[in-house]
Amino acid sequence: MTRSPDRLVRNSTTARLNHWLTGGCFVLLTLSGLAMFHPMLFFLSELFGGGQWMRAAHPWIGALLLLSYLGLIVQCWRDNLPSRDDIVWLGAINRVLANEEDGVPEVGRFNAGQKFVFWAMALLVPVLFVTGLVTWDVYFSPYTTIEQQRIAVLVHSLAALGAILVWILHVYAAIWVRGSVQAMTQGYVTRGWAWRHHRKWLRALTATGSSGPRPKA
Amino acid sequence: MSSLQSLDIAARSATTTPSPQVRKTPELAKLIDVSSCIGCKACQVACMQWNDLRDEVGDNIGTYDNPRDLTPESWTVMRFSEVETQTKDEGTRLEWLIRKDGCMHGEDPGCLKACPAPGAIVQYTNGIVDFISENCIGCGYCIKGCPFNIPRISPVDHKSYKCTLCSDRVGVGLEPACVKACPTGAIMFGSKSDMASWAGERIEDLKSRGFANAGLYDPPGVGGTHVMYVLHHADRPSLYAGLPDKPRISMFVEAWKGMFKPVALAGIAVAAVAGFLHWVVTGPNDVQPKDDAEAEHLRQKADDPT
Repeated sequence: MTRSPDRLVRNSTTARLNHWLTGGCFVLLTLSGLAMFHPMLFFLSELFGGGQWMRAAHPWIGALLLLSYLGLIVQCWRDNLPSRDDIVWLGAINRVLANEEDGVPEVGRFNAGQKFVFWAMALLVPVLFVTGLVTWDVYFSPYTTIEQQRIAVLVHSLAALGAILVWILHVYAAIWVRGSVQAMTQGYVTRGWAWRHHRKWLRALTATGSSGPRPKA
Repeated sequence: MSSLQSLDIAARSATTTPSPQVRKTPELAKLIDVSSCIGCKACQVACMQWNDLRDEVGDNIGTYDNPRDLTPESWTVMRFSEVETQTKDEGTRLEWLIRKDGCMHGEDPGCLKACPAPGAIVQYTNGIVDFISENCIGCGYCIKGCPFNIPRISPVDHKSYKCTLCSDRVGVGLEPACVKACPTGAIMFGSKSDMASWAGERIEDLKSRGFANAGLYDPPGVGGTHVMYVLHHADRPSLYAGLPDKPRISMFVEAWKGMFKPVALAGIAVAAVAGFLHWVVTGPNDVQPKDDAEAEHLRQKADDPT
């Protein structure tokens, strides 16, 4: 992409590659998981070369997702720490949803909604991984009782539903707030975008002469 | 192992539409009279022979159980239990209970309920529950669904296996191989009502010989089974190598495979539609010229603090 010099780096190249590896794994896991969850969606197994291939691939993709998400946690946890601003921002959620930015408190690099997505996945991904291991019949069935496997598969499906709902929120927010998709594909946002959506972040970058994603120390 | 056209299908795994129902066939059952079993294992041999199964030669672990457990190649195993029981006349008595273990062919099969692969598990109208291997994806959900711990997944081909009740023999009017081979008549096969009345005679006989709690094992928690036992101690099925006293499909499996499935899909659909409606009603959140101007103003101030 041809880059205007006054644009800001919203997400580093490493973060973007890491994000899309995670997202790719997530989509594949959702498709294969739903195929094994509901009979009416079993046709999705054909995308993976049939039921046997899908059953074999799903847990490996899950293991990759865990590693990938750990990478995102390492890169993003600091900017996702909760702050008092989050409560104020959530108090103005009606204005946020109505696209009325006036009166919405200034937020830093991530708003409370983005932090919710980040921490919800930080909780759900490990839950899905652990319960997935318990139900990974080929390698791990000897280490647990059948009753434990029954509980694990129920928890796995509940956690997966939660993760899918969080993912829908995440994807819709990206479509809704124009410029967000580009921020994660090419990595850049305009200063006007930062002013509108992450004003505290913009102030910190401007004050330190940083072009993002974090202010200069 | 494969779908038999000569047998009508009553239920099919991971299938949301009804099976053909116009034809009715009698319900069949195998009756295993534990009190007449001598533990000769002819049934195990017959099962191997008819189904062309050869398990690995196992080891001796100090019991007569051989192999130790059900495997993908051993669909039935005699389980030997030494138990002490109390009797009125003789005091404590040592009993050697021998139970032929294998699929119970339940009326409400947990394996079929849990299976995610369409048509990998079917229940014929005669009551036999059969695995259609070509559709099996090897996930192991049938193991979680089964209240009797029966299915075994092969580490070689990743398919699940269990007793077919010789559906291929029954489909052409023959009795299962184990029934054919049993030298004492401890294994009988016929219509479920005939088997129940035959069991009644056996139970009466056992009661007259001092087994006051003799009875038929046809557990109602799974809607009854198409493999039934005559037990001398029907009040305590677990004496017989852990036969479940009150088997039923686990509530975790019922929750997972019951209402949660449609509710979850509906929840996902509602979330997606809510997003779309927000898009239609409110629309995208675009950066305004005012935002660009404010940002530019901020930068100029930073560049030139004076």
